[in-house]
Amino acid sequence: MTAINHREKTPLIRISKRENMSIAGMLAVRIGAFVLAIVLGGLIFACLGTNPIEAYMQMINGSLGKASGIRQVVKIAVPLLTVALALAPCFKMKYWNIGAEGQITIGAICCSYFALYWYDKLPSFVLLIVMAIAAILGGGIWALIPALFKSRYNTNETLFTLMMNYIAIGIAAWLCGGPWEGKPGSQIIPMFNEKAVLPKIGGVHIGWIFALIFVVVMFIYMNYTKQGYEIAVLGESENTARYAGMNVSRIVLRTVFISGALSGFAGYMVASGTDMTLFSNVANNVGFTAITVCWLSQLNPFVMVIISALIAILSRGSSVLQTQLSIPSTISSIITGIILLCLLGCEFFINYEVSFRKKGEN
Amino acid sequence: MNINIIGFIKAAILNGAPIMFGTSGEILTEKSGNMNLGVEGLMYMGGAFGLIAAFLYGNTMGSSANGFVCILIALVSSFVAGVLGALIFSFLTITLRANQNVTGLALTIFGTAVGQFACEYLRVQQGSYISVSTELKNAFINPVMPEFLQNIPFIGELLFQYNIFVYLGFVIVIAMHLFMNYSKKGLYLRSVGESPAVADAAGIDVEKYKYLATLIGGGISAIGGMVSIMTLSGCVWSKEGLAGTGWISVALVIFCLWKPLNSVWGSILFGGLLIAYIRLPLPFLPAQIYKIVPYIVTIIVLILVSIRQKRENQPPASLGIPYFREDR
Repeated sequence: MTAINHREKTPLIRISKRENMSIAGMLAVRIGAFVLAIVLGGLIFACLGTNPIEAYMQMINGSLGKASGIRQVVKIAVPLLTVALALAPCFKMKYWNIGAEGQITIGAICCSYFALYWYDKLPSFVLLIVMAIAAILGGGIWALIPALFKSRYNTNETLFTLMMNYIAIGIAAWLCGGPWEGKPGSQIIPMFNEKAVLPKIGGVHIGWIFALIFVVVMFIYMNYTKQGYEIAVLGESENTARYAGMNVSRIVLRTVFISGALSGFAGYMVASGTDMTLFSNVANNVGFTAITVCWLSQLNPFVMVIISALIAILSRGSSVLQTQLSIPSTISSIITGIILLCLLGCEFFINYEVSFRKKGEN
Repeated sequence: MNINIIGFIKAAILNGAPIMFGTSGEILTEKSGNMNLGVEGLMYMGGAFGLIAAFLYGNTMGSSANGFVCILIALVSSFVAGVLGALIFSFLTITLRANQNVTGLALTIFGTAVGQFACEYLRVQQGSYISVSTELKNAFINPVMPEFLQNIPFIGELLFQYNIFVYLGFVIVIAMHLFMNYSKKGLYLRSVGESPAVADAAGIDVEKYKYLATLIGGGISAIGGMVSIMTLSGCVWSKEGLAGTGWISVALVIFCLWKPLNSVWGSILFGGLLIAYIRLPLPFLPAQIYKIVPYIVTIIVLILVSIRQKRENQPPASLGIPYFREDR
């Protein structure tokens, strides 16, 4: 009798924490999730009456088949990777900076000022450095505003940084249609003088080299420096950090400044390297996509390279689809979204073990 | 300077209606302890599928299309779209225990893309902009109250000249207020948001409450997207018209201090701020700068709420924190 009762109370599915999954197992789960996402994306193509395999092949051909395609992929991946790197220390600290979009825009605005009004006063090399410094300071200070209120009053930084995005974009839109407008009524800022354009290496602006350097620097900073350690401790437990004598608000402000500065630098690379002018949508959702890139990489800079390249390939490939199969290029954002959601979900199977009730188990 | 005050208030209420849906839906969600940052995506999905459903209905029925049926179809499709979007969020955060912030952002990326894609794709297929007939359009935007109420001077103009969605929003908000404060289930829901462990010990099915609140809340938020497209953008897909509405809705939840009734005032205020640059142009303020005023006001509100740490004005205690029974 008791045995029967017990059996009825054993739940069908049991979930328990899993401590040590092998690296191969973790990789297998993640690859499985990725394949699932690709299959789901293929289902969308099938629903639209397109052969999914053909569609994916077109995307790969369009992005990696030609040298010009690869250059485009790199161009898309560079700001994404840089911003994902910028966000990593913030997220490690559990500071939810979703204001990268605005920090990129402010960085682009600050460097554009020098590109537009100082190009005839400075030699190219100096001008580019001044622009970079302006972007770094601009992005960093812009990011500091919410952080100051966070450390002083514990103001919700998620929404604060988010609102700062719209303000930054609004300022850029005002500059485009107002004080910095080129031809009256055009709503566009004139192209930068060539002295203010980043030089190219291998057909793509030099930013890709910077991005790769940042990967290594950020990895070392997060894992092998005192400041990186402080960020890690603060992220795990603020009280522990206090007890250990760390100056919590100083760590928060410093980390957020670094993060904003790097995002601002990404804005500089886009404005000076890719667009060669300032658009109000210079950030182009990179700030948001980078958040998910950062999180999916588990804050590991090297994994970020792979994931941002992947998203760039999708994005470039889908613009080929638009021209060849007249499927709107937003399909890439849908597939990106599916990949993100699948990879987020699969973490569960890495951290937890699911066991079913066995037949005849008491 | 000649400012039409009543006209301005009316416009504020009309423009605030989508935000009212977005915010009240998110309040319901957050009361269960789930913070869904995917509202922007849900509103895109609601707007797109509401519009597409109305369009397809109008296309198949031709001249015999009925305005009320069309509204109902648009409502149901946008609600269902929102529920499905919220289901993704709920499954990932409640069952699979993924991080709520990141999942919400991924849902926003996914939802905005789905909405945009669906409308663009249909437009390419149809070869023209997707919209509905003038007759159906009017069903969405015309006032619904009886004539004699509308004709009352001043009061009629101020209270009874709105489209059906404004009143539907009021009904939802009031129902939500009553549910949360005067029903047993509402009390259970709040206890889940405040302390899931205690609620669990008391025998409340925490997962069920979290799921239901998030799904229904997501559906309500998504209706807001449809309302925005059908009443403000003239039944035509407009990415620009919708962009940012969801985020303002999320921020407004804090402004409303997690109380549904406050979302009425909040949405009217923000509806007013959103259109102030058209209705109350200030000569010294460029329109682009004027447009960012709502966001600055939101920030000021955020700061004020955080400075005045009143006990009764706090978020649900477990907001954003996942609950695993096994972790205790």
